[in-house]
Amino acid sequence: MGKASEIAIETVNLGKRLGVAWALQQVTMRVRPGERVAVLGPNGAGKSTLLRLLATLWKPSSGEVRLFGCSEPHAIPSLRRRLGYVGHNSLLYPQLTVAENLTFYAQLYGVQRAQERVDLLCDKLGLTGWRERPVRSLSRGLEQRTSLARALLHAPDLLLLDEPFTGLDTDASMRVTELVEQVSRAGATVLLATHDFTYAERLCERVVCLRAGTVVYDGPMELPLAGSYAAWVQNDGRREAGA
Amino acid sequence: MWTLLKKDLLLEWRAREMLPALLLLGTLTLVVLSFAFDPMLPWRREAAPGAFWVALLFAAVYGFGRSFVAEQQNEVLQGLLLAPLDRGTIYLAKATSTLVYLLAADSVLMALFVVFFDVPVHQGLWPWVAATLLASVGLAALGTLFAAISMRTRAREVMLPLLLLPLVVPLFLGGVEVTERCMAGRPLGAASAWLHLMAGFDVAAVVVAWLLFEYVVED
Repeated sequence: MGKASEIAIETVNLGKRLGVAWALQQVTMRVRPGERVAVLGPNGAGKSTLLRLLATLWKPSSGEVRLFGCSEPHAIPSLRRRLGYVGHNSLLYPQLTVAENLTFYAQLYGVQRAQERVDLLCDKLGLTGWRERPVRSLSRGLEQRTSLARALLHAPDLLLLDEPFTGLDTDASMRVTELVEQVSRAGATVLLATHDFTYAERLCERVVCLRAGTVVYDGPMELPLAGSYAAWVQNDGRREAGA
Repeated sequence: MWTLLKKDLLLEWRAREMLPALLLLGTLTLVVLSFAFDPMLPWRREAAPGAFWVALLFAAVYGFGRSFVAEQQNEVLQGLLLAPLDRGTIYLAKATSTLVYLLAADSVLMALFVVFFDVPVHQGLWPWVAATLLASVGLAALGTLFAAISMRTRAREVMLPLLLLPLVVPLFLGGVEVTERCMAGRPLGAASAWLHLMAGFDVAAVVVAWLLFEYVVED
């Protein structure tokens, strides 16, 4: 786990241009190790863009990202060992089984006792009965759970979750929520991008609201935002958060 | 790298994406060209080396187009880029697995070529084998890089041959020259310089592609 003194995430005037439009602009934020932060916003607000930048999958068009004190984190392969990322796609080979995919990624990350770790995560995420199934034959929810297992294999210090509850039934959502809480209790920093306030409220203590690529609110979850969030999203983020 | 290579070979065994494509197009090209060159024509023997290398190039270009099919599904390439690996390692593993498939296809195409074009096997064919091996290394090195570039473009079927074919002309010319001498039973002589050139080309291709791959796959 990260040293308590270092800031897990620091962005300074972070921006990303996709084509001619800015998907993210002037995002400045700091996240301490062990913090659980929800990134909320309607569709197109820039949540996924922010997470992709933090996962080092994209390079910023402007500004800077620092992860655990390292600037230009995309250039440091060993730093990626500290990141776990769940995106819109599972990043799993459809032709390989759940166990083969997880073992493959465990080996890539140099996980010690890979098989034990795969077994443990399969058990926690209710995947044991599906281990030998090819990923292409899984339902959306099972694939999402396997994707979460992939992201947790190497016990990352920073977990970036982009809409992790998509396609999950109630039972699976409970399992995922419990597992994320467990990972957080162990000291990992969690950034959860979602448009579902219920999960954000349950899992996170702090919220960053995005609208049209800019931060419109950054503060504790308990503030008046809770009451107005549904209206804010329905209104496509036009109302000021917390208003 | 072994982990990536092992996974590529397992995927090919399961999905059979690349090797059948290489074999199918290479065989078809050889068959068509063997029909096109009438056995009674006096220059058939001289044209035969060209037919083999055209078949090999067509097969390779078609096969390379399928190099990253598995990584495009579910954005798996992003998963590999997230892993704490040097991007060059991902390239080397992919180029090596591509080379394995290409060499497997080469051996079948060489056997078919011997049959279709009545190549006298009693003559020393080792330089031909060496030329094919060297050409395959260069093709796999550049083909993997250009397959990574073209997978992000809309007209990838056109883009890959457009990028690859002009650059591999030295391999093609060298291969034809060496094969022609082998088939005619003549000593390699000056043609041995082609083998050296092909080897040098391979080293340059692998190093340049390895260095560039990172910039190709990153955003």
